Amino acid sequence: MAEVQIEKVQPVQETISSPWRDAWRILIRNKLAVVGFGIIVFFILLALLAPYITPYPYDKGELVNRNKPPSAEHWFGTDYNGRDIFTRVIYGAQISLRVGVLAVLGSALAGTVLGLLAGYYGRWVDMLISRVFDIMLAFPSILLAVAIVAILGPSLNNAMLAIAIVNIPTYGRLVRSIVLRLKQEDFVTAARAIGMGDARIIFHHILPNSLAPIIVTGTLGIATAIIEAAALGFLGLGAQPPQPEWGVMLSDSRQYIQHAPWSVIFPGLSIMLTVLGFNLVGDGLRDALDPRMKN
Amino acid sequence: MALLSYTVRRLLMLIPVLLGMSLIVFAIIHAIPGDPALTILGEKASPKALEELRQQLGLYNPWYVQYFDYLSDIVRGDLGHSLHTKAPIAEEILPYLAATAELTLVSMLFAVLIGVNAGIISAWKQNSWFDYMSMLIALIGVSMPVFWLGLMEQWVFAQELQWLPSVGRDNPRDPVVPITHLYIIDAMLAGRWDQLRDVLEHLILPGIALGTIPMAIIARITRSSMLEVMRSDYIRTARAKGLGQFFVVYKHALKNAFIPILTIIGVQTGLLIGGAILTETIFGWPGVGRYIYTAIGNRDYPVIQSGILVIATIFVLINLLVDLLYAYVDPRIRYR
Amino acid sequence: MKKRLMTSVLAGMLALSMALAGCTGSQETQAPPNAAEGGQTAQEPVTDAGSSGPKQLIYGRGADTKTLDPIRETDGETFRVTENIYETLVTYKETSTEIIPGLAESWTISDDGLTYTFKLRQGVKFHDGTDFNAEAVVFNFERWMDKNNPYHDEEGYPYYNDMFGGYKGDETHVIESVKAIDSHTLEFKLNRTLAPFLANLGMSPFAIASPKAIEAGTLAEHPVGTGPFKFESWNRNDSITLVKNTEYWDSGYPKLDKVVFKVIPENASRLTALVNGEIDLMDGLNPEDVPNVESNPDLQLYKRPPMNVGYLAFNTEKKPFDNPKVRQAIGHAINKQELIDAFYAGLGIPAVNPLPPSLWGHNDSVKDREFNLEKAKQLLTEAGYPDGFKAEFWTMPVPRPYMPDGKKIAEAIQQNLKEIGIETEIVTMEWATYLEKTRKGEYEMCLLGWNGDNGDPDNFLYTLLDKNTIDGNNIPRYASEEAHQLLLRAQTVTNLEERDNLYKQAQEVIFEDAPMIPLVHATPPLAGKANVLNYLPHPKGTETLRNVDLK
Repeated sequence: MAEVQIEKVQPVQETISSPWRDAWRILIRNKLAVVGFGIIVFFILLALLAPYITPYPYDKGELVNRNKPPSAEHWFGTDYNGRDIFTRVIYGAQISLRVGVLAVLGSALAGTVLGLLAGYYGRWVDMLISRVFDIMLAFPSILLAVAIVAILGPSLNNAMLAIAIVNIPTYGRLVRSIVLRLKQEDFVTAARAIGMGDARIIFHHILPNSLAPIIVTGTLGIATAIIEAAALGFLGLGAQPPQPEWGVMLSDSRQYIQHAPWSVIFPGLSIMLTVLGFNLVGDGLRDALDPRMKN
Repeated sequence: MALLSYTVRRLLMLIPVLLGMSLIVFAIIHAIPGDPALTILGEKASPKALEELRQQLGLYNPWYVQYFDYLSDIVRGDLGHSLHTKAPIAEEILPYLAATAELTLVSMLFAVLIGVNAGIISAWKQNSWFDYMSMLIALIGVSMPVFWLGLMEQWVFAQELQWLPSVGRDNPRDPVVPITHLYIIDAMLAGRWDQLRDVLEHLILPGIALGTIPMAIIARITRSSMLEVMRSDYIRTARAKGLGQFFVVYKHALKNAFIPILTIIGVQTGLLIGGAILTETIFGWPGVGRYIYTAIGNRDYPVIQSGILVIATIFVLINLLVDLLYAYVDPRIRYR
Repeated sequence: MKKRLMTSVLAGMLALSMALAGCTGSQETQAPPNAAEGGQTAQEPVTDAGSSGPKQLIYGRGADTKTLDPIRETDGETFRVTENIYETLVTYKETSTEIIPGLAESWTISDDGLTYTFKLRQGVKFHDGTDFNAEAVVFNFERWMDKNNPYHDEEGYPYYNDMFGGYKGDETHVIESVKAIDSHTLEFKLNRTLAPFLANLGMSPFAIASPKAIEAGTLAEHPVGTGPFKFESWNRNDSITLVKNTEYWDSGYPKLDKVVFKVIPENASRLTALVNGEIDLMDGLNPEDVPNVESNPDLQLYKRPPMNVGYLAFNTEKKPFDNPKVRQAIGHAINKQELIDAFYAGLGIPAVNPLPPSLWGHNDSVKDREFNLEKAKQLLTEAGYPDGFKAEFWTMPVPRPYMPDGKKIAEAIQQNLKEIGIETEIVTMEWATYLEKTRKGEYEMCLLGWNGDNGDPDNFLYTLLDKNTIDGNNIPRYASEEAHQLLLRAQTVTNLEERDNLYKQAQEVIFEDAPMIPLVHATPPLAGKANVLNYLPHPKGTETLRNVDLK
């Protein structure tokens, strides 16, 4: 009862931000989302504190110590070069999280700009951008990413760039559809009528209203990007040795799977857990922020 | 009639998309560094031989000449010849396409059968143990890296337990005689039930690896749309009558939940084609993903060009088909 | 479960083949062609197809053949198959590169070394029923050497070009003429002496094909030779099937009725297929799996005699690698034995010279640089890099017999170099790009190797390190005039002792200059089922299966 009372007397600005607070409340009541959040925080901490957690370097081992099973010294065992797998896995968290977040930021940014242009200006701008999106979406994304990396040369950064590029249409189409919807809404028409400039309309009315779905898609997108980066690494087109990228660790240890299964199990588990974390949070966010997106 | 003109319109709209695709593919492969002549002649080739081959391949022509040559060939149905095998791609690609199609269909079948049923039962027995377990599995399934799952399956079931074969499509000692290149059908045509068994055994591991993510997604979607449908008065009445409850729900609710499921299946087919590259790599599956991936490594330009184009065309056509089905199943949808 | 099934199947096969031992050979050979045709043997269960009579061997390998016209190709996966279909004028002993008669029974060489006369084998027929004779050989050589020949392929023939100095009309072309003296006598006239001429003729690309098939232009898909096996079918990127040539000139051979070359790209998967009984022989065994094969009573391990070198090359045109002291320092910083133990399962010997010690001409008196990081640091200091430097370190993306896992070997070397202050960044790229760029000298340090073709030292030392082969296989871009003079002379003199001496001198020069650090002469491991008989891996990397039998 009390809460309801307070809300009623809140000033105007506060009511604008209240959907966010509602969302937060829904989110923390969602147990799965909280678990997901916990997983993400756990991996972020591992990544940040890696040098303090483990005494080993990720890129140096003794060949005589290769492919040793998990033990008190080496929790996850050692790999073919005698390197500590636990160390490599937690340093790998740095790489995967960075790649996931940066790739999504890149594609969300580019997608938003293009989607805004297409949706807001319409006509030939829309025509051109939408067709390019159609064409890009017609390629299976991994294939397109492989082709882009083939041009740029295999490296972690190029893999990240390729992932960012292939995901642009997802955000572009999303933003475009939101813009198209908002353009019909009264408050935008009103803003136009009082002679508000395009830039102001976009920044004051359209963008804030697009944010929620972009965040939802973005969070789920991080999960996809992490898997895609690992897939490129697995195909030898992503991170290069001795970088402890999870996908690369998998493909490099693959031939030892019968002799040293731990060198394949742990990097894979890490990918799965991180991705699970982002998926859980993404689902939670969707339920909280944008119930309409629920299928 | 409306459906027909809609179909025609959609097909016409494909033309600019396909043209654009061909241009993008062409641009991409010409931006890829690497000398096709060297890949053909190999590490022991002399500079002179390389030079001669480059001339002969027309690599010194301006790009637009090369593009229009390519385009006019495509229009005539000529997908070019592989630089490596020298065989016509239109012919060569068919077995690969069939291999991928067989794998994709089997994994889609797996995904739909398990996913839809798990989703329905979960919704029916909401908040039961079954519901929790299957949704947990679905959650993990959605987050599964295909290549890791494939490796684990291979390790456990092929290498350690030796229950199932780890690579390939058939038993090398008794290969299937290809007719349609869909080995399930070929084995049946030959009346070889032992071979059919071989073929199915070879399909299990890669099929599951490739089908897991779509299975998980379909299970989740089915469950949530079923829940929505089950709350409707119609089903409530049916349930209240108490006549073959489960059957009623299954039949009527499924019918209504069909559309979102169909959409997802359409989207997933695209993902499957992408995921096929990884699955095919792990399971030595001679499919089209692997074919193109190898061609990129070999700088086999014509195969990359035509291969990607063929896949993208198929992908676009599947999407079109799904849209049409959608329109057919649900007349409420307007033909835009 | 599967294992038990397989053992019982094998036992059944054994029993059946014993029962059949009484049958005559001709009866046995009549069965396979029918069994092979299409699917009409419909009701016959799988296991019987493999055991009742026809001896079928399945050879698992990593990649497919490119075309079945060997003169057009350079890769081992092509020759592995074509060596069973075609034959060459001379050939090599089963496990060495010593030259023995092939399609030619005997030969004489004129004193000036410019005329070679071959007596060809009588009664040999191509698979299409046409006769093998001197005219057929001339037909093949004319096709290869004459660009105006109607059957000459526009792409050219890389090996012909390299081994015989170009084509007819070129200044450096070796063969002046090939003539049929009579139906079974053949005469080569050379423009200049070429010491490895005979050895070259034995190489797999110079296989004699049926002129009729050449005229038909279908050799690449439907090969027709004189070899122990005939071509049956080719399922691209999957399998090639050959069947016994029942009219083979060497009666009693081949022993097998059918051979299938099956592509299974991943080494580990290939071994699983072998263990599960899906294949009989396999190339490209992971060194780690050697103990598993040795301890499995159903399997046997083969070791291919080494005729290769895996090396670390420096771009001698780029700083700081233009300084021999830097190169020598790195030579001291690599623990070759440790690399061999870890990544070759000990199957290989540390390389001192680019030339493998199994070949004549190898200089045994050259002593290798010891693994000594102090010494390495000292040399670096003398070279003016007391604190080391940064460099790119390129590594190959694909496994080769001489380098089963370039990426991991590079990582291990990287760890050692770090200790003497050299920070390296490992770079890799697609194989084709890699070859192109290393040839053009766009790298600083790189891993590469060479598998010998014909057992002549020329094929290693000249090919890899003569200044004439810069932009080609002289990856370090080593331009020593001294080495060049020695290698060129060794090519033209025909006296074996003198050649031996020249190569030994050249190796000393090369060792001092250290344009590359030879790392290893690998002994690539292979595996097969225990019932495979008489399989002897050849040092050149591929071999015919004519002597192979199944127990």
